[in-house]
Amino acid sequence: MLVFILKRLMLLPVLMFVFSIVSFILIQAPPGDFVTSYVAELAASGSSMDQVQIEALRNLYGLDQPAYVQYFKWISRILQGDLGLSLDFQKPISELIGQRLLLTVILGLATLIFTFMVALPIGIISATRQYSFFDYFFTVFNYVGVATPTFMTALILMWFAFSNFGITITGLFSPEFADASWSFAKAVDLAKHIWLPMVILGLDGTARLARILRANLLDELNKPYMEMARAKGMPEWKLVLKYPLRLAINPLVSSLGWYLPLIFSGSLIVATVLNLPTIGPLLLRSLISQDMFLAGTIVLTYFGLAVIGTLLSDILLAWLDPRIRMEEA
Amino acid sequence: MSSETLSPDQNLPEEADAISVAPNWKLVWWRFKKHKLAMISGIIVIFIVIIAAFPGFFSTQDPSESRTRGSFIPPQAIQFWDNGPALFAYAIEGKRNPRTLKMEWITSETKKVPLRLFGRGYEWEVLGLFKTDIHLLALVNPDDPPVHILGTDRLGRDQWSRVLHGTQVSLSIGLLAVFLSTIIGIVLGGISGYFGGWIDMFIQRLIELLQSIPPIPIWLALSASLPRTWSVTQGYIAITAILALITWTGLAREVRGRFLVLREEDFVVAAKLSGCSQLRIVFRHMVPTMSSHIIAAVTLAIPVMIINETFLSFLGLGLRPPAISWGVLLQEAQNLQSVALAPWLMLPGVAVIITVIALNILGDGLRDAADPYH
Repeated sequence: MLVFILKRLMLLPVLMFVFSIVSFILIQAPPGDFVTSYVAELAASGSSMDQVQIEALRNLYGLDQPAYVQYFKWISRILQGDLGLSLDFQKPISELIGQRLLLTVILGLATLIFTFMVALPIGIISATRQYSFFDYFFTVFNYVGVATPTFMTALILMWFAFSNFGITITGLFSPEFADASWSFAKAVDLAKHIWLPMVILGLDGTARLARILRANLLDELNKPYMEMARAKGMPEWKLVLKYPLRLAINPLVSSLGWYLPLIFSGSLIVATVLNLPTIGPLLLRSLISQDMFLAGTIVLTYFGLAVIGTLLSDILLAWLDPRIRMEEA
Repeated sequence: MSSETLSPDQNLPEEADAISVAPNWKLVWWRFKKHKLAMISGIIVIFIVIIAAFPGFFSTQDPSESRTRGSFIPPQAIQFWDNGPALFAYAIEGKRNPRTLKMEWITSETKKVPLRLFGRGYEWEVLGLFKTDIHLLALVNPDDPPVHILGTDRLGRDQWSRVLHGTQVSLSIGLLAVFLSTIIGIVLGGISGYFGGWIDMFIQRLIELLQSIPPIPIWLALSASLPRTWSVTQGYIAITAILALITWTGLAREVRGRFLVLREEDFVVAAKLSGCSQLRIVFRHMVPTMSSHIIAAVTLAIPVMIINETFLSFLGLGLRPPAISWGVLLQEAQNLQSVALAPWLMLPGVAVIITVIALNILGDGLRDAADPYH
């Protein structure tokens, strides 16, 4: 088990190196260098920057040097913990991202827990009561859940709450807590607001996971060992939970590898509609204002979250299934 | 399903022979026909494709024509009964609320706007070949106020016509992006599965790397870096390429898996022994065998692309106006203010949902039918 985890951990720097190059290419992608466009933007809004400052910025990012030097300068600053300055906000990037990153992770984990808590019972019921009313109901639910873009669900719920109850359900905090420092009361306020984005984000994944579980469980339910246990007089619910479920749940755990990153990046759209203080809307804004270093850092953050998500699911799977850890170690 | 249930009609004795000599596509078709829901979805998809080909015929108004005095008109219902079969809509009149100065639209039950089928309206181009002004639904009297089946948007543009024209763009972008990623997927997946060895190793690692990248931030960053001065067509092509760039991996895996299985089959060994070239074995013998699998996988990939295009355009980073796609239309409904004022701006989302559900069920049906021997 330890060997397995160590092997996975060794892959981490390699992946992050590749991803940092991808992020850097994205930073470089817009035509022209960003200092020039920033100066032009300042000029358009009436203010200006003196030549010394412009030169200092060019030097800092190595803009007149070849791309690999620029990459090296950027990545070595990041490794030292200096994420740089957002030109759009005129604030250090670490300050902008910090709080939002925490909320992104909290929202992602809450969604994950919600998904599993709902998908497990639905999957089990649809498999054990195949072709029942429940099964058909959840089949329809699955098709609709997969087909509805998350932002549509958010819009419809937002509109429904507003037109029927006159309440706005945007944001993660009440106004009085939005800028307050962390306290117990603020955490309670967060819990009051987080459930809606959590449900909206989790709907699509719940439908998919329940479907996967149903299919896997159906494969197991007809096996001879089930008949054997039944013949021995084992109660049905105990039988299902104890044997076939444990086999059928493996693909579900391995789906965490793609599901967790999907939640993190998928929350971007819902967060934009619901105006949540996560890193998604910040990425959108930085891309629109071409604040590319902020954008690149956020994309790199998403990559980091994805890598950690995959790692966690690999470890969890190895812990659950001895066959995998024997094979890989 | 056992092989007896495959026959289209049990009463005919020669049908038993028909199964043993039927070509692969016929077996697939017989089996697909049994799946009622997939058949219905197939018909819906055909309808959607017809709309996408001739959006002008079904429209009631030029989709980009705006009327400043007709913004945010709610949807108007078409009436079919007026002491006997008829075709008309009740006229709608705007009154400015003296207190809030907001325009309020009231349906007047007394004034009727008569409509007719296959009447004349604005001029539109049929597949870019010739022009006509025949529409499915048109005003009897051209001087009557226009009827808006799905209401109008901020600029007073007819939403029904815009949704129909959006069908053309959204559906074709999905098709094109899937077409591109299918080609990449088949070529790379085929190479990987057929040759194996270090080539397989390299392509598999590349696919794993691409699959571990969260796609949405990458798409956003790539499309944000497109020059804003690009024309609608350039933007369309670029967005299609961006969507295809990351999604070919799933198809490549599917194709590779099939190749690995087929490589060991007797008919491939036989072809090899009779001296077929490798290219001939791959394209003449192996690809046709898995074509039904590829078609099913492609059908399931199109709705994913449609939703992704909607995401990008909705966030303002995909297609940009004056292009019309479902995502661009939904951009109008981006915040609570506009949704509360004009909830019908969310209706293009219904078009997305119907299309995606129909394509998903159709794809599931095709996938189940793709293996007629099992």
